[in-house]
Amino acid sequence: MSAKSSIPQPMLEIRNLKASIDGKEILKGINLTVNAGEVHAIMGPNGSGKSTLAAVLAGREVFEVTGGEVTYCGQDLLSMAPEIRAREGIFLGFQYPVEIPGVSMVNFMRTAVNEKRKYLGQPEMGAADFLKLMRDRKALVDLDTSLANRSVNEGFSGGEKKRNEIFQMAMLEPKLAILDETDSGLDIDALKTVANGVNRLKNKENAVIVITHYQRLLDYIVPDFVHVLFDGRIVRSGDKRLAFELEEKGYDWIREAN
Amino acid sequence: MNVLLDKKILDSQLTDWYFTNRDQLMAASNSVFNSFRPEAMECFRKMGIPDKSNENYKYTDVREVFLTPFNRYIEPRKILFSVEDLFRCDIPELDTELVLLVNGWFYENRPRLEVLPNGIIIGSMAEAARQYPHILEAHYSRYADFRKDALVALNTGFAQDGTFIYIPKGVGQDRTIQVVNILLSPEDLFVQHRNLVVIEDNAMARVVVCDHSLSAHHFLTNSVTEIFVGQNARLDYTKLQNEHNSSNQLSSSFVHQEKDSHAIFNTITLHGGMIRNNVYTRLNGPGAENHTLGLFLADRNQHVDSYTYVDHAAPGCTSRQNFKGILDEKATGAFTGRILVRPDAQKTLAYQANNNILLTSEARMNTKPQLEIYADDVKCSHGATVGQLDENAMFYLQTRGIAKREARLLLMGAFGHEILKQVPVEPLRDRLNDLVDKRLKGELSRCNSCPLQCQETC
Amino acid sequence: MVPFIIAESHEIMNADQDQIISQVTQTEYKYGFVTDVESDALPKGLNEDIVRQISEIKGEPDWMLEFRLKAYRYWTTMKLPEWAHLKLPVIDYQDIIYYSAPRSRQPLGSLDEVDPELIETFNKLGIPLDEQKQLAGVAVDAVMDSISVKTTFRDALAGQGIIFCSFSEAVREHPDLVKKYMGSVVPYRDNFFASLNSAVFSDGSFVFIPKGVRCPMELSTYFRINAANTGQFERTLIIAEEGAYVSYLEGCTAPKRDKNQLHAAIVEIIAHTDAEVKYSTVQNWYPGDREGKGGIYNFVTKRGICMGDRSKISWTQVETGSAITWKYPSCILRGDHSVGEFYSVAVTNNHQQADTGTKMIHLGKNTRSIIVSKGISAGLSNNSYRGLVRVSKNADHARNFSQCDSLLLGDRCGAHTFPYIEVDNQSAVVEHEATTSKIGEDQIFYCNQRGIDTETAVGLIVNGYAREVLNKLPMEFAVEAQKLLQITLEGSVG
Repeated sequence: MSAKSSIPQPMLEIRNLKASIDGKEILKGINLTVNAGEVHAIMGPNGSGKSTLAAVLAGREVFEVTGGEVTYCGQDLLSMAPEIRAREGIFLGFQYPVEIPGVSMVNFMRTAVNEKRKYLGQPEMGAADFLKLMRDRKALVDLDTSLANRSVNEGFSGGEKKRNEIFQMAMLEPKLAILDETDSGLDIDALKTVANGVNRLKNKENAVIVITHYQRLLDYIVPDFVHVLFDGRIVRSGDKRLAFELEEKGYDWIREAN
Repeated sequence: MNVLLDKKILDSQLTDWYFTNRDQLMAASNSVFNSFRPEAMECFRKMGIPDKSNENYKYTDVREVFLTPFNRYIEPRKILFSVEDLFRCDIPELDTELVLLVNGWFYENRPRLEVLPNGIIIGSMAEAARQYPHILEAHYSRYADFRKDALVALNTGFAQDGTFIYIPKGVGQDRTIQVVNILLSPEDLFVQHRNLVVIEDNAMARVVVCDHSLSAHHFLTNSVTEIFVGQNARLDYTKLQNEHNSSNQLSSSFVHQEKDSHAIFNTITLHGGMIRNNVYTRLNGPGAENHTLGLFLADRNQHVDSYTYVDHAAPGCTSRQNFKGILDEKATGAFTGRILVRPDAQKTLAYQANNNILLTSEARMNTKPQLEIYADDVKCSHGATVGQLDENAMFYLQTRGIAKREARLLLMGAFGHEILKQVPVEPLRDRLNDLVDKRLKGELSRCNSCPLQCQETC
Repeated sequence: MVPFIIAESHEIMNADQDQIISQVTQTEYKYGFVTDVESDALPKGLNEDIVRQISEIKGEPDWMLEFRLKAYRYWTTMKLPEWAHLKLPVIDYQDIIYYSAPRSRQPLGSLDEVDPELIETFNKLGIPLDEQKQLAGVAVDAVMDSISVKTTFRDALAGQGIIFCSFSEAVREHPDLVKKYMGSVVPYRDNFFASLNSAVFSDGSFVFIPKGVRCPMELSTYFRINAANTGQFERTLIIAEEGAYVSYLEGCTAPKRDKNQLHAAIVEIIAHTDAEVKYSTVQNWYPGDREGKGGIYNFVTKRGICMGDRSKISWTQVETGSAITWKYPSCILRGDHSVGEFYSVAVTNNHQQADTGTKMIHLGKNTRSIIVSKGISAGLSNNSYRGLVRVSKNADHARNFSQCDSLLLGDRCGAHTFPYIEVDNQSAVVEHEATTSKIGEDQIFYCNQRGIDTETAVGLIVNGYAREVLNKLPMEFAVEAQKLLQITLEGSVG
């Protein structure tokens, strides 16, 4: 909770993180440091563990953490329940956003926003203020007003679902946003809209981890650092040029080098 | 005449008949059969033949079919006939191991009990009880619970003979086993055969059962078939009912499946009088999968009632039921399908569908799909429809120049095809498709394969 | 914190809703208080004398006594039905008080004359009995134990020819209507509990909407069982004449008592040509405690008949209470083009048992019915849907669609579906679909990731699951129903 500390500390520090599912090890020792104001891109071939890393950071229980530690704003992240992580400012943009029939977006978001406010000791947001906030943030991602009144992700197209994720990010104003393949299945216009949304939410106080398979998204969301994840480990780190190199040489290049 | 009273008398008549013939029954049979008779008949006496007040028989008053004064035999009557003359199997490419039952008794066109080179045993149930009592002791009356159903109790009380099939561990059988139940008698007859199929672990069996009536008398069959499917064993079972309209059939089958086994049980009903098919499935070990299917075509005053009960007693099992009915003229049909998911049978997948088409204003269909679920991590669904052929599809076909009658046949054929396409034996599947097509065209107005050519018997 | 639902189509939220959230933090049954009012009661037990005494106390005419006696005599020949998927306890019908009335010396003229304790009771229940809340526009008939305490708003309604009064009053003031319609939809021989009710019913509500009148407000009855060892046997009769419309709401509560109490009511609805009746229930009888002790046995016969062409009857129910529920609000679709609807949410928790559903009997041509049933089971409870769709011979082009979904929360509860479909007409189309599932782990995680804890997430998801039905309730009722769903399920997950 200490965004302002006298000694600068990393926002997120992952040390030798290992995780498995059904006894199969997926993450085999991840090391990564993210500071406020930074954009990190994590790239890698299918099955390298990108989505697992996102899920583990968000607290998905099907993955068992078998080693390592994660410090988030000076706290032990791994001991927190998923909803506490969320209230502490971690946002996961889902690769496959979940449909919740019958629950309206308005109701869903209002619950989420007020749960967070309560947790932070702030008064709950009144109806009028909340609706105003919704309107503002919807504009940010060009989300149709009618979508916000429909059930959570129900009957949304792929692009609508992704925009809806960014809309929720805008509503919850996270410190650390982890966007898991937010670009997959988007056409160029939708990609631009989503990236614009992310860029406008970006500031010195927060950080973004963009997980993607393709370099294309990084034309729009420009990363400070690019990491290549392969077989559960980060095998290369560099600046945005690394992404171009990857695009050019393909993942086989990594595969051969490892 | 007070029909109700008569029906009550009926129960006691059947009980009396048992006591009159008990000594003879016991003397003629092996102790495996005999050991269950007294309790079974006691259960029958308590329950009586089910009528509509029994929730499981809500749409079929079974007592009606017992009202004919049938002859009942404690020992087989000599019926002499030549198999070749009287019965032609119309599936020429189908190379089968043929077992004949005539009026519920094993017919000696082959040894009473035969051990094939791969260890498979096929033949008479009565003979199997004599030669392999340990197999019967392990399985007989273990799956068919006579405490719950009076018809099973009645069969267990009188059981003497039927078909016996045994596939030893790990044996994959090449030839389809074909069981032909023939009804042929100079007088009205009540028949109760009792069958057992045992497929040991990792073994496979393909069974086709054909029911035919070959003389123009009233018949009533009350049969019970128990099937054990061992671990990782496979069963393909197809039952073809093709009897004349004075043949009433009560058939109860019990499929017991162990871990990782797979069974298909398919009932195709082309012809008959009043037919009630009970198929009980118990998924007793994790990972078992069951497909219970049925298609019936009914016309005139036929009544076809299908009852299925799938008991998910172990976690991680899958069951699919798909039943279809086409009802013409004054036919009536009923379907009851019950899925039970027991506590702790988690990760169950259970689906059930029942679709019916009514072709006339006098046809009638009742359907009762049911889910009874006590575990939470399950996916279960059922659906039922009663309706007509799709008008839009009919019109579409007509605009392509297809006559209305042909269009109707095409659509009905397509409707039934969904069940038939799951028959695994190709020659049989082709033959069934052919039979169903003929049946739909009205070319099969009497039972097939019947050289007697008996006309309207109803 | 507890979730809430707000109007979907318009982004309207008012301060009220914030209040609702803070109100809904109680986990225990909150209507379990006992009101300390004097009551007059007959001795325990049932015989012809008791039946005569009930009739006498109520000053009934002979024809009504005759009806009761016929019903009583028939009831003595009947047996409790056994087909329901319920573990029915043995009920000692001689251990029940069949008549109990809050004591009053004369007929009540205005609200001032009502026992203040009673007004307090209904205030606790949130029933708008006082003048101020009458402005809210809901006319209320409150039935405590067996007696109608007060009917509000009646003068305003009378101006349009609408009759909204207690059943007893209707027997006195409108005997012709009562004689004509009582028992015409649910005959006294209909079933065990209907016969019992017909013999001993003490009061209830009566509604008559004359030809062409649209009732300008929701009519509402609150039922409350207060006295101990008492059965409640009320009877409701709703008649909508040609072209009339009415929306009727029913709510119910009872004090916590260790002993089970019996509630066996009858509701009859008659809709004439072009008439429409909407009947909504939020049933919240005391369900018993966590161990399954106490609670109401709710054995109710509700049935409506669409007499005339193009008439419509719609049942909406939210069932959260009662130890045992046995209830099948039904529609007889007699008029051509008539419509029957059934929307239901039934929640069971702890040791509750529910066997509920509907019957749609299609008699007329082009009749349509829709059934949407959402069952939610938690704890050790058993929740069954049982429904009949019958298309009779002359019901050409009848249509039915049924959707029955079950949601399981926990692995010790049961969810069951028992539809009966009987089609005797070739041109009918009947479709039934049912699913059983549990709340998706991925759905809960998605909510968690947005900062919503698991219990709140379950509340949200359950309310979403029931949305289709809750949307059919009038606004005030919908809010109450959401609160109830939440309270009923609290502590059942995680």
